[in-house]
Amino acid sequence: MLKYTVRRLLLLIPTLFFVALIVFVLSRAAPGSPFDRNENRPLPAATIERLNRTYGIDKPIHEQFILYLSNAVRFDFGSSLVRDRPVADIIGQGLPTSAQLGIQALLLALAISLPLGTISALKQNSPIDYASLFLATIGTSIPNFVIAIFAILLFAVSLHLVPVIGWGTPKHMILPTVILSLGAAAFLTRITRASMLEAIHQDYVRTARSKGLREQVVIITHVMKNALIPVATIVGPATAALVTGSFIIESIFSIPGIGREFVLSITKRDYPMIMGVYLLYAFIISVANLTVDLVYGMLDPRIKVGR
Amino acid sequence: MATITAQPQTAAELNVLHRKQRSLWMDAWHRLTRNKMAMAGLVVVVLAMFLAAFAPWIAPKDPIAQSSGTALADPFWGDPKYTNPDYPLGSDSLGRDTLSRLIWSSRVSMLVGFVPVSIIFILGVTIGMYAAFYGGWIDNLLMRLTDVMYAFPDLLFLIIIFATLRDSWIGNLMGGLVLMFVGIAIVNWVGMARLVRGQVLSLKEKEFIEAARATGARPGRIMLRHLFPNALAPVIVSLAFAIPSAMLAEATLSFLGFGIKPPTPTWGVMILEGFVHVSSTPWPVLLPAFCIAIVMLAFTALGDGLRDALDPRMKL
Repeated sequence: MLKYTVRRLLLLIPTLFFVALIVFVLSRAAPGSPFDRNENRPLPAATIERLNRTYGIDKPIHEQFILYLSNAVRFDFGSSLVRDRPVADIIGQGLPTSAQLGIQALLLALAISLPLGTISALKQNSPIDYASLFLATIGTSIPNFVIAIFAILLFAVSLHLVPVIGWGTPKHMILPTVILSLGAAAFLTRITRASMLEAIHQDYVRTARSKGLREQVVIITHVMKNALIPVATIVGPATAALVTGSFIIESIFSIPGIGREFVLSITKRDYPMIMGVYLLYAFIISVANLTVDLVYGMLDPRIKVGR
Repeated sequence: MATITAQPQTAAELNVLHRKQRSLWMDAWHRLTRNKMAMAGLVVVVLAMFLAAFAPWIAPKDPIAQSSGTALADPFWGDPKYTNPDYPLGSDSLGRDTLSRLIWSSRVSMLVGFVPVSIIFILGVTIGMYAAFYGGWIDNLLMRLTDVMYAFPDLLFLIIIFATLRDSWIGNLMGGLVLMFVGIAIVNWVGMARLVRGQVLSLKEKEFIEAARATGARPGRIMLRHLFPNALAPVIVSLAFAIPSAMLAEATLSFLGFGIKPPTPTWGVMILEGFVHVSSTPWPVLLPAFCIAIVMLAFTALGDGLRDALDPRMKL
């Protein structure tokens, strides 16, 4: 187990390396430089040259990459080309907000999907089941920015229940959190339902019933305990969905998190920022996947990790 | 002598087998037609494809023709003070006809849905089958590639592709459509190849493949006539879901401002352009949002139906 964990942690290094390499090569292959944004008032050539030298963009690409990596392992991700502040600072400032939004959304998604999926499995083909399946289909198929638009127009513009944009008070947080959680909630509901349905028809459940155990005991200790194992594995992909969802939601609602910084840095070709955010996202997603694999191994003794 | 009498018999047997094989697909088709949600989805999909194919003849106006004085008209059900009979679904802030833009946008969505998926299908099936059948370095490379791709959401890959190559020559072909096709195909073919690989790996050990080998069938024939048709069902299901997810990627990228370039109308671009004054005039945003929502739901319902019809064991 320990050996497996260490090996998986070491595998993070090549993953992050390749992500850095892809982003680095692509961003250097892009036409234009970060200093030619204003077409009407171009900077003098000498100034651009000086800027390029200051930020090391004039060196050959492999030298730049090696320099970047050797700085990155010391947690120095360079300075933003637009803000003139260290990338690590900007990310550090946005991280608490984004993390709060993401964790709230994940918890809400679990709070909605586990009971909903369980109830619709226990009452299969009932109106409740159809209603929850319908909601789950809507949640998985309609993109969250479209849902965000409907929600803003209904709850903020027409009904004035919540503010349109911004972040800080609980009232500001309601819409972004709910909308970000919907996709994950819908997906988790479908998984929970399917997994519960499978568990209900297992032999050990029939055995438990024939022993005369009360229905509640059968459902909670026999069905749910086993049905929720596959659900746990979805938390990894759900985290990835929350990460990608977060920059759309943060942009729409003007939330001062990393997601909005990410979108801004791409419009402005702020290479060091783009690199920093990509590495962070890759790290978060890899760690989420690793955690899920380890937890899966602990929950289900039939799964042997580390072989 | 025996071979002569045996021949018609095997032909008849073959005929029976052939009919049986067809009835398997017919079974699936019957299951699909009984599924009301899937049929509703199919109707919407066919309608959207019709609009996309005949957009130049159906759309009443030029989707990119601007006109001053007609900007931000309400749709016909709005306040008569702000409606304009020439613009049944209203107009955007540059005075462009919303109805025509919606119809032309369906064209982009359908192209983005079907073109990359065809590339994914061809690349994924060829490479997946080859990797599973022969193994070796191509198989290893495929597995390593999928490992890296799985550690990273598709949308992030697409964003970096678009952020960097948007202004290059390929990014300017057809207003960014070509880069969208290539980008979506690059990001998704690996998953398809891995799916096909898994299918072929398990089929390869079955008796009917052994039988085909024993009769002296060449590898190409085994792959094309025996492995491919039997691996097809999950591939079709996965393609059915790849179409809406490609459309979603386009809409999201365009909405964020990194995707298809204006003035080419797409639903995502329309939402982005209308979002500035969404609280005062919501219709230029709401209408494309409805279109995205309906088409996405339709494709998902159709995909769900196909999965239930083709693989009754898979229940989700």
